[in-house]
Amino acid sequence: MAEFNASVKDQGDISIVYLKGFLDAHTAPVLENTFSELIDKGKYRIVANFKELSYISSAGLGVFMAFIEKIRENNGDIKLSSMNEKVYNIFDLLGFPLLYEIFKTEDEAVKKF
Amino acid sequence: MVVKSRTENLSEIREFINSLVGKIGVAPNVTEDIILAVDEACTNIIKHSYKYFPDGEIIIKMKYSGKKIIITIIDYGEYFQPNTIHKPDLQEYYRHKKVGGLGMYLMKTLMDEVKYSSIPGKYNQVLLTKYVNSGS
Repeated sequence: MAEFNASVKDQGDISIVYLKGFLDAHTAPVLENTFSELIDKGKYRIVANFKELSYISSAGLGVFMAFIEKIRENNGDIKLSSMNEKVYNIFDLLGFPLLYEIFKTEDEAVKKF
Repeated sequence: MVVKSRTENLSEIREFINSLVGKIGVAPNVTEDIILAVDEACTNIIKHSYKYFPDGEIIIKMKYSGKKIIITIIDYGEYFQPNTIHKPDLQEYYRHKKVGGLGMYLMKTLMDEVKYSSIPGKYNQVLLTKYVNSGS
């Protein structure tokens, strides 16, 4: 079975979420839990690092849609970084670059806060 | 392939499509498009047709004619015939916290044809067609 995991590293007041593996309808709840836990702790400044994410379906994209408003209402944001071309193309097809800032590197995303 | 309607089986479905389409020798990005479209179709079946009932059957078949790949996916869940598919207005999604419907749009974009033909109370069928240049 394809695996997915999300690990969190704090860098100052920014939480960097490292996504790894395959993000689909089965594994999306793992990422939902990660975002829920961050929000519960009042951590609204988030960078999602996609470097090791091999695959994403719309269920994975939906997780970002589900949390972004709450996060922005609290003066935070989810910035995205380090996507491979295949994953970026899916975000692009759905028009996500209009709603989310997407950076080539994690550093660039962190600096934007 | 016959598989139960559980999200845990999505990875097995993707591997099945990868091995079938991989044998034809199309470009890797074409294979990836088809894998994602089939994932989206099966995710919709699990959610909307079987409503997360875990023991429904999903039947997946592939036909390759030299010019096109046709994936047929059949389920015996509730009548499910999506309306006309529009590109989702993400700003609208954002305002209304709507998250569904993205998969349907992806399927339509990634494949050349997406055709639903359901018989209420019997089965739902979706045909996903991709035109290919063999060897490309």
